[in-house]
Amino acid sequence: MTALLEVEDLHVEFRTRDGVARVLNGVGYHVDAGETLAVLGESGSGKSVTAQAVMGILDSPPAFVTKGAVRFHGEDLLTASEERRREVRAEGIAMIFQDALSALNPVFTVGFQIEEQLRLRRGMSRADARARAIELLDLVRIPHAKQRVREYPHQFSGGMRQRAMIAMSLALDPEVLIADEPTTALDVTVQAQIMDLLAEIQRERHMGLILITHDLGVVAEVADRIVVMYAGRIVEHADALSLFRSPGHPYTAALMRSLPRIDSKGTALETIKGLPPSLLRIPAGCPFHPRCPRAEDVCADLVPDQVRLGLGRTSACHFAEEVVRG
Amino acid sequence: MADLLEVRDLVKHFPVKRGVLFKQTIGWVRAVDGVSFTLGAGETLGVVGESGCGKSTLAQVLMLLEPPTSGEAFFEGRPMFSLRGAELKRLRRDMQIVLQDPYTSLNPRMTVGDIVGEPFEIHPEVAPKGSWAGRVRELLDVVGLNPEHINRYPHQFSGGQRQRIGIARALALRPKVIVCDEPVSALDVSIQAQVMNLLGELQSEFGLAYVFIAHDLSVVRHLSDRVAVMYLGKIVEIGTEEEIYNHPTHPYTQALLSAVPVADPALRGRRDVIRLTGDVPSPIDPPSGCRFRTRCWKAQDVCATEEPALVERGGHPSACHFAEERSVVP
Ligand SMILES: Nc1ncnc2c1ncn2[C@@H]1O[C@H](COP(=O)(O)OP(=O)(O)OP(=O)(O)O)[C@@H](O)[C@H]1O
Ligand SMILES: Nc1ncnc2c1ncn2[C@@H]1O[C@H](COP(=O)(O)OP(=O)(O)O)[C@@H](O)[C@H]1O
Ligand code: SF4
Ligand code: SF4
Ligand SMILES: [Mg+2]
Ligand SMILES: [Mg+2]
Repeated sequence: MTALLEVEDLHVEFRTRDGVARVLNGVGYHVDAGETLAVLGESGSGKSVTAQAVMGILDSPPAFVTKGAVRFHGEDLLTASEERRREVRAEGIAMIFQDALSALNPVFTVGFQIEEQLRLRRGMSRADARARAIELLDLVRIPHAKQRVREYPHQFSGGMRQRAMIAMSLALDPEVLIADEPTTALDVTVQAQIMDLLAEIQRERHMGLILITHDLGVVAEVADRIVVMYAGRIVEHADALSLFRSPGHPYTAALMRSLPRIDSKGTALETIKGLPPSLLRIPAGCPFHPRCPRAEDVCADLVPDQVRLGLGRTSACHFAEEVVRG
Repeated sequence: MADLLEVRDLVKHFPVKRGVLFKQTIGWVRAVDGVSFTLGAGETLGVVGESGCGKSTLAQVLMLLEPPTSGEAFFEGRPMFSLRGAELKRLRRDMQIVLQDPYTSLNPRMTVGDIVGEPFEIHPEVAPKGSWAGRVRELLDVVGLNPEHINRYPHQFSGGQRQRIGIARALALRPKVIVCDEPVSALDVSIQAQVMNLLGELQSEFGLAYVFIAHDLSVVRHLSDRVAVMYLGKIVEIGTEEEIYNHPTHPYTQALLSAVPVADPALRGRRDVIRLTGDVPSPIDPPSGCRFRTRCWKAQDVCATEEPALVERGGHPSACHFAEERSVVP
């Protein structure tokens, strides 16, 4: 069966003055209708660049896709015609960003920004587009949508801006929604509202949702499946329950142990020594080996393959089977 | 045991101005509006609450970076806001601050040595001039940085390392209290753990007391002995870490805790979920009576007319007319 959206063996490099940064080194994941895929990773691991490559919004130069495919219903967008790409990216896949204020245009009203797409791509009249914009703002629970539709982004609170951006992304009924850290800048109370809203919309519309985040708690609450990224690679892929119960990669396991928890007062947290690698000089062998508590000699020489750990689970570690057994 | 720090009914209002030439004050932002608490030597008081509730303003006033509108604070029994001369200088040594943003809180044109050693210039009595470089190296070592890097600039360090530089600087004068305003919020999980452990180790080693401000409730739980929950410029509940997290009685505390995602998918759909609607009202014109009433599911008529005092209700202080324990953390 073809996946709704599939990223296949994606390689992206940034050619900068300091050299070539190998930002994505064979990223692959897919999402189907009605499911939530979480992309988990620390800053700089390549989560956003992957999403930007899917949306075709990478700046080139400095970014170059050197290998791979982005398939929507099986059709590779990277090799499709410019026009076809634009069509799919306007109608099929939508994206929301962490920073709603910079994603919304400050000189137009919130309503205008939603209506513009409806008029351009759906040929709606001004009045119909306005009515639909109000419906959408209502759907994302912006109070007094009828009045609010006429306001500018700066007149909205942070949570309301995020809602407005969600409303805008839903205007053309996308099949896939990519949410890049949609709640990172918000308070937990507002984060909870927005995550509930996204989950509800996703369920009702049977959308595929790709949720990019560094927050293990958010992932645990909403994801069906999870991919964990490190230095531009997928190091682990698993369903949510399995990943939290028995992580199959030393990096995932270490991340979980370094997390302070709301449900217990801990003692010292376990830490991961060192820093994520510079993408200008990714270590040979397993990119995690300089920091890995489990590394052996082989890890410095051989890049680990994706090891299958049963039912749709993989881990890019030479010792994956032992790690998953704990 | 005598308290190291005692804060009594602290108020900080900022004027809201309008007009270009002749600025007129048209209202007041009631950023901190009657806050009282105590802090013992070697203790950590966590301060949590949503954005804009007054956490940073409280920190600024405690650090004498902003004058209070009214209220008192006592450091080792002496009234902080009226200290002058040598006593004031002494206070400025005893209280230090660590800020959130490791990228902007360090001067990019100063070397690490200059940044960490700068406090000695202002307080030469702490270390004779010839000993500065040695002291700075020691401090770098204490916070886990390579003393050889004394001549590097902030941009040559990672976010976590920059936060360590800020901590080393705060430690230079051997303070008794460090006010930490979101010290780990900008850091990745794996780096955050390193800095949190460091703060814990330094506390045991030097007997430091912390006022630890953060919006991340898990981080605060991990480090705090006691916790104060703020809403719109006021403390609504205060107690031990155990009381606040396991036996919260204020509806706002309960809602805040309930909103924190738990990193355990097995608990999905099995938690006591409280969802607040709407945003925090403006601190310029806060609701009458209980400030939380516009978002509170338990609000009654009395909540609009009578402000609930922060007094012992159900084991620890809670500012709710209908304080009642409800466990929301699994
Ligand atoms: N210098 C100032 N002039 C006017 N208003 C101010 C000033 N500083 C802070 N405020 C206001 O005071 C209130 C409290 O702000 P404060 O920075 O203390 O919040 P906070 O709890 O630290 O929030 P955050 O979690 O976002 O850091 C806010 O409404 C803020 O806009
Ligand atoms: N325009 C750019 N020029 C050079 N490097 C970039 C650019 N955008 C992103 N990068 C680099 O690509 C890597 C991955 O970035 P990103 O996908 O944004 O990470 P994250 O996982 O935090 O979303 C980082 O090392 C980042 O510095
Ligand atoms: S391959 Fe080796 S270094 Fe990499 S994660 Fe596995 S054990 Fe660690
Ligand atoms: S005093 Fe009333 S409005 Fe305030 S928290 Fe208690 S029940 Fe809610
Ligand atoms: Mg990103
Ligand atoms: Mg603040």
